[in-house]
Amino acid sequence: MSPPSNSGARQGAHWLRALVARFGPGFGVCLLALAAFWVLLLILLPQLAMVDFSFRPNLPPAEQGGAHDTYTLEHYTYLIRGSEPDGYNTIDLAVFARTLLVAALVTVFDLAICYPIAYLLARSAHGGWARLLVLSLVVPFWVNEILRAFAFRILFGASGVINDALLFLGFAEEPMDFIRANVALYSGLAYAFVLLMIFPLYNAIESLDKNQVEAARDMGASTIYTHWRVVIPHAKPGISSGCTMVFMLSAGALAAPQILGGPSSLWFTQIIYQWFNTGNNWPRGSAYAIVLLVSTVLLVLLAMRVFKVRLTELGR
Amino acid sequence: MTAAVDLVDVSVRFGDFAAVRDARVHIAAGTFFSFLGPSGCGKTTLLRAISGFVQPSAGEVRIGGRNMAGIGPNKRPTALVFQNLALFPLMKVWENIAFALEVRGVGRAARRKRADELLDLIALPGQGDKLCDELSGGQRQRVAIARALAAEPDVLLLDEPLSALDLKLREHMRRELRAIQRRVGITFIYITHDQGEALTMSDQVAVMRNGVIEQVADGNALYDQPESAFVASFVGENNAFRGQVRAVDESYANVATDVGLLRARQSGRNGARLGVGDAAFVFVRPESLRFATADDRQNNFPATVAGIEFEGRFWQVFLDVADGKQRATMTRVNAPSDGPAIAPAPARGAGGEVTLSFSPDRSVALPDGPLASD
Repeated sequence: MSPPSNSGARQGAHWLRALVARFGPGFGVCLLALAAFWVLLLILLPQLAMVDFSFRPNLPPAEQGGAHDTYTLEHYTYLIRGSEPDGYNTIDLAVFARTLLVAALVTVFDLAICYPIAYLLARSAHGGWARLLVLSLVVPFWVNEILRAFAFRILFGASGVINDALLFLGFAEEPMDFIRANVALYSGLAYAFVLLMIFPLYNAIESLDKNQVEAARDMGASTIYTHWRVVIPHAKPGISSGCTMVFMLSAGALAAPQILGGPSSLWFTQIIYQWFNTGNNWPRGSAYAIVLLVSTVLLVLLAMRVFKVRLTELGR
Repeated sequence: MTAAVDLVDVSVRFGDFAAVRDARVHIAAGTFFSFLGPSGCGKTTLLRAISGFVQPSAGEVRIGGRNMAGIGPNKRPTALVFQNLALFPLMKVWENIAFALEVRGVGRAARRKRADELLDLIALPGQGDKLCDELSGGQRQRVAIARALAAEPDVLLLDEPLSALDLKLREHMRRELRAIQRRVGITFIYITHDQGEALTMSDQVAVMRNGVIEQVADGNALYDQPESAFVASFVGENNAFRGQVRAVDESYANVATDVGLLRARQSGRNGARLGVGDAAFVFVRPESLRFATADDRQNNFPATVAGIEFEGRFWQVFLDVADGKQRATMTRVNAPSDGPAIAPAPARGAGGEVTLSFSPDRSVALPDGPLASD
């Protein structure tokens, strides 16, 4: 591992010079302006507007900017306290906790199924067999996200393929309600982000010198111990970037919970959506969205601290 | 502990390609044994068959008399030093060295102690807490050897471990390796395409070509009594004169070549003798060629000096022989201590006409066969 660069500023200046040297001053500045436009106008400003929004009362347009338009914590308080002054908003908080917990479980599940696949792919990367496997992983994602979710609904439905098979084989007396039990939702979420887990893992494992695996084996290590001490430590940056993406996107998913979620269970994004849409309370929706964003970021940073991963390693 | 290694008619096939064919060799316990050959000759495959990463298609690998069929690399009494070393970059030096002990569940304190002992053995005391990246090439080399030794193997296998080092360091590491082998006393099996490494370090060398072991002998015998045209041309420099056998007696053969009739000692495999009419080679080492004197009655032939290079310790003389159809090389020691310098006099400079000769005992006649340069 190379030591982290100690002078980011100098590296930045060097990077700028290289950009100008490569594309000329005119085009270089253009590229820079485009990047700045993207980061500032399309990412940073809307988020800052959301933050600002979340601290304002929900007022009709006529009163906005008027005397009542002062900063307030009421929307954040609402998430915790609800409408009763000395009660707790147990419904929203439970949904929030469940969303984060399930997103974490989906991440662990994806890691567990993607690691062996990525390892096999990386070890046999040259065969036509491996290419076919990659293709078969990618092609289903050409199908629209909503359609894929509906396909899962059909798959897991009361008269779906899975229930039909279970009934036919005699494993079940009557159709199981996979939708109500959220099995469909969890499977759908896990499937939706499989590629985001496999490719970082594949990249990380592929760069491992295969002699290291053989050396560990030659020293007497079992397959599992070799993975534990040699492959996984090497693949750690890939594992963390895959896990980060899957966790963030699962926690922030909307379509899959909308379509696959059980009738009595909500995903936190659905509550946000309701505040913005049917609830017609944008400031409260913003506050909820900010809470989700900040907590997922904090959880990821915490996990990185626990597993000793540096932020710069995610970029690899 | 140390163990002998026996290859009993070992063949390794990958599909239609025979990487190793009928390799039969006995490697005595506690010796330094080298497999020498050009790249693609099957020596690495043979090493992988001994370490267990490759299963022989036929034949047996025996270590300490025990057949190794079906025994995986993690269960064999061998340890392998990889060509690129394959040190674990995320572990400290001492953790690398103690990895085999860690696998066996040895406690941390005992592991550390053993690692420190091995660091002393490889003359790197106190470097255990560094990362491998912080060591020089030669130091990493020694760490890789220590890591393999920590497994307490009966046989240490080395796959061209010096090839990444520069020349000076390589020569130093040869002596170092040999010294380590003497100290630990286990069998070392060394793979190399560098004959200098094989000849200087080994008790015995097996020369390989196209998956076949051509000759097993000590360095001296390989150089003086090559048993095939390939070995004669691969080990050291040699002038090769192709021709046809005209007459043979007990231990010599007369071969008609482009430079005339040459008489040379026979050196065929297992005492095999050339017969009259056989296609044959006469090999003469550059240091065995000399300018003819009036006393030389045989092996005389004319040559034209094509160029002279002064190498310091010796002169290298390039000669056109057989009417310019062939190039020969002769080396002359510069001012030998036991006699007058026989430096090529200016009169014998480029373009000079000379007569060359050599002693039948300082040359070998061998059956025709592929040369190393073919």
